[in-house]
Amino acid sequence: MAGSSCNGAPSLEAVPSHGQPFWLLAELTYKCPLQCPYCSNPLDFAGHDGELSTAEWIEVFRQGRELGAVQLGFSGGEPLVRQDLIELIREARQLGYYSNLITSGVGLNERKVAEFREAGLDHIQVSFQAADDEVNAMLSGSKKAFEQKLRIAREVKAQGYPMVLNFVTHRHNIDRIDRIIELCVELQADYVELATCQYYGWAYENRQQLLPTRAQLERAERITNEYRDKLAAEGNPIQLIFVTPDYYEERPKGCMNGWGQVFLTVTPDGTALPCHSARMLPIEFPNVREQSLEQIWHRSTGFNHFRGDDWMQEPCRSCDEKEKDFGGCRCQAFMMTGDAAATDPVCSKSPHHDQIVSARRQAELGSIESEFIYRNERNSRVFYKG
Amino acid sequence: MIDQASVPSLNPMFRLQWEPAQQAHVLLYPEGMVRLNGPAGEILARVDGQRPVERIIAELALKFPEAEGIDGDILEFLAEAAQQNWVQL
Ligand SMILES: C[S@@+](CC[C@H](N)C(=O)[O-])C[C@H]1O[C@@H](n2cnc3c(N)ncnc32)[C@H](O)[C@@H]1O
Ligand code: SF4
Ligand code: SF4
Repeated sequence: MAGSSCNGAPSLEAVPSHGQPFWLLAELTYKCPLQCPYCSNPLDFAGHDGELSTAEWIEVFRQGRELGAVQLGFSGGEPLVRQDLIELIREARQLGYYSNLITSGVGLNERKVAEFREAGLDHIQVSFQAADDEVNAMLSGSKKAFEQKLRIAREVKAQGYPMVLNFVTHRHNIDRIDRIIELCVELQADYVELATCQYYGWAYENRQQLLPTRAQLERAERITNEYRDKLAAEGNPIQLIFVTPDYYEERPKGCMNGWGQVFLTVTPDGTALPCHSARMLPIEFPNVREQSLEQIWHRSTGFNHFRGDDWMQEPCRSCDEKEKDFGGCRCQAFMMTGDAAATDPVCSKSPHHDQIVSARRQAELGSIESEFIYRNERNSRVFYKG
Repeated sequence: MIDQASVPSLNPMFRLQWEPAQQAHVLLYPEGMVRLNGPAGEILARVDGQRPVERIIAELALKFPEAEGIDGDILEFLAEAAQQNWVQL
């Protein structure tokens, strides 16, 4: 890809070519009946009201498809809170999207699972907090959620959908990884995301209570590999996806496959972002109410900001790995250094890498006494300085 | 060896469609996509749980008369597609 277009007078030639947004993530609402303390949603979500209407979402989908987007994710918050979800599903199918419902399962029932299928929904991903009732209730803030999730997962398979089960893993559930995998096998998942918690949003606030130790992680990865071999030998097509945690790496992840390269997120109020977490950055992002997706993707300052490598500082600027990881995650750089253009502190070459090392050390010392800050409206108002 | 009389079908966990933006057939699955090259797309577009392998071969031989050894290529691709779990034989 050519360099960024942030410098110099704009001209047609200066418009960078960066392909199409393959993935459109529609965060339909920030409302959610659960309150996971690891939630990656923005801390100040309570301050962003004024959700897009049905017609506005449909127009976003139409424009996204024109830009070449193929995958459409319905997420949030809890997308099932939107009463017009079935209409949006129907429209997505007509436009030719492959549509994914990303849900906690709370608010689904047998009838809706069937109706969504008929309307053209392609896939349902159900997230769990843990593989047992007690820990699930402790993390989600709901006593009934676990039973509900089991019921829904069975129904999703009964209706013939491909099913992904998602578990965000952390120090409170990672030691039960064997039980998690067995539950997924029993529920006949097609894919299992063992998603090591990423520390954004609420998860960053609760990091000390969530970050596992290296020993916990290594054990979990080893057990996952043993299950992979065993399940493959039994001819079970289930796929276990183990997302490695960058806090225990010496190099950052190639975040979002590069800024503004394949992902486009639209938040409940219409703000368009290159990743679902970018809202926290001190950058102005465009809104679909004011600009077309085509303008947003190709020409907005927000999307061009970290394209290419002109924005990079040392040590990234002269590093021969910059094509591989693009200097890491912009949100992580900003949260830890206060500078969104800094090297991601996960990189051992970063002058701020000691913050990662001390978080690992903290994890070794054990969980501290303080309690989780749960993701809910009341707590969110504390973070909203509108 | 694939039996020419067998009737392949697409694994229902995948969706096949023509993508105008990419001028290619693509196989879609949860949060992912495989972009198929021309011949692969032509073959999979005929895998419908109705046509036996021999008919798929005959149709493509008619459509691409200049292609030599087309039946071998088709059988090889179908075996590969079954291996990938895209197709059930
Ligand atoms: C923000 S949720 C919204 C959809 C729905 N409420 C749910 O939880 O499934 C989207 C997905 O991100 C996952 N997730 C949430 N916080 C995360 C974090 N800090 N790290 C990794 N995945 C996370 C959830 O488990 C879910 O699969
Ligand atoms: S991760 Fe939990 S709190 Fe966050 S939106 Fe999903 S269910 Fe709600
Ligand atoms: S210095 Fe920058 S480009 Fe080099 S490996 Fe570290 S994060 Fe990546």
